[in-house]
Amino acid sequence: MAYSDKVIDHYENPRNVGKMDDSDLNVGTGMVGAPACGDVMRLQIKVNDAGIIEDAKFKTYGCGSAIASSSLLTEWVKGRSLEEATAIKNSDIAEELGLPPVKIHCSVLAEDAIKAAIADVQSKRGA
Amino acid sequence: MQFPIYLDYSSTTPVDPRVAAKMAECLTLEGNFGNPASRSHKIGWKAEEAVEHARKQVADLINCDPREIVWTSGATESDNLAIKGAAHFYSKKGKHIITSKIEHKAVLDSCRQLEREGFEVTYLDPDKNGIISPAAVAAAIRPDTILVSLMHVNNEIGVINDIEAISKITREHKVIFHVDAAQSTGKVEIDLEKMQVDLMSLTAHKTYGPKGIGALFVRRKPRVRIEPQMHGGGHERGMRSGTLATHQIVGMGEAYHLAMTEMAEDNARVLKLRNRLLDGLKDMEEVYVNGDLDHRVAGNLNISFNFVEGESLMMALRNLAVSSGSACTSASLEPSYVLRAIGLNDELAHSSLRMTIGRFTTEEEIDYTIEKVREAVEKLRELSPLWDMFKDGVDISKVQWAAH
Repeated sequence: MAYSDKVIDHYENPRNVGKMDDSDLNVGTGMVGAPACGDVMRLQIKVNDAGIIEDAKFKTYGCGSAIASSSLLTEWVKGRSLEEATAIKNSDIAEELGLPPVKIHCSVLAEDAIKAAIADVQSKRGA
Repeated sequence: MQFPIYLDYSSTTPVDPRVAAKMAECLTLEGNFGNPASRSHKIGWKAEEAVEHARKQVADLINCDPREIVWTSGATESDNLAIKGAAHFYSKKGKHIITSKIEHKAVLDSCRQLEREGFEVTYLDPDKNGIISPAAVAAAIRPDTILVSLMHVNNEIGVINDIEAISKITREHKVIFHVDAAQSTGKVEIDLEKMQVDLMSLTAHKTYGPKGIGALFVRRKPRVRIEPQMHGGGHERGMRSGTLATHQIVGMGEAYHLAMTEMAEDNARVLKLRNRLLDGLKDMEEVYVNGDLDHRVAGNLNISFNFVEGESLMMALRNLAVSSGSACTSASLEPSYVLRAIGLNDELAHSSLRMTIGRFTTEEEIDYTIEKVREAVEKLRELSPLWDMFKDGVDISKVQWAAH
């Protein structure tokens, strides 16, 4: 399979790889996918009191497109409000990375991951 | 070193230069270009002579009579001709066929077609090492069984079935036995005096011959009958019509001749390289070899790197031409059915890499491969949430995952 330059760039130089302390009330974790399906994404965000995402980290088990989708997403959500981050669509990710149809599910997974992370931090804060 | 390094010899092999030279002699006006079926002139006779010489070379490798060789376009056609041809011919005797879950698609899809036509097929499970036991075959035979079709060597994991033992059972029950030997020629000894096989599929391009040419062995004593699938000029004693491709046939003959004379030497060299590759990787954590290591062709290493996904691994290994059992490498998004059938869980099936070594692989290439695979696995594990969890002592099989 031929990859776009952007997928290769994110795969070779993944942005914001890492892990945050999940016990921190300002940290939201979204873990989506399943090993049996060949991809698992863990996306974490750190939100400040103004509701702005200050930092984002990810780790992904999956193909190059899944890694690139989650890496790109961490770049996009940093500095955005939770509302703005919620508005990110999988089609935006797929378009930016030039994903072929067979890889669209990777971008869907990334959208699921940010939504899950936001829901997690909101429930932690009792919002 | 030339990049990418080719470690996919089970997919296809380059044509040996000695084979290519023989083939080139059969194309142009100055060469042996005639139609082997032309009986009226010398140019036809010369082509026929070359075809018959090649037929003898192929027969010699598997120890049969040259008259038992029918030329085809490759193993897929041979499998179709053998399975559908025998099933159709013997359908009055019964409509039950036995095969296994880890056969090549050419066999499985031919069987599926026969099921649509009203035949019943039993798909045997291999053991956890990937081997079909003779006892499993014996247990599956019924009074209405007409055909057993099994592979000699598996294309993904390289394990070898005991064809001689299975053939004793099929012969005893008077059931036709078809063997797909696409992956075994030149790698494992084939002696059709000892193996009581009735039909055997062969191909050239996995044994340093050209693509587009293969053969079907059809036993004469006791005589096996098949219904032709390709009708036309009655070539190949009516079993497979179509003008014979002299240059392809000559290539297959020469490739099999080289396989026969050089098999021992090739195998010893390839096994040494395979063991060097395995030794260079096996001390890593959570690494598993898939399939039996003892009953296995020399050149195959199928190995899973837990918590790393196969396609991303291949992306990191762009200087290596290898293949993976990961879903992402196939159109179906299903992980390898062969690895699933030998009991691998989905994660390990997704994490598999098949590296197959051959005649032109060098020690330098193997050492480079070891270095690159180790680097890539380490890099991807740093990126893997599953590796994190494993390192934190979480049992991943106990986690509730939302399937998607």
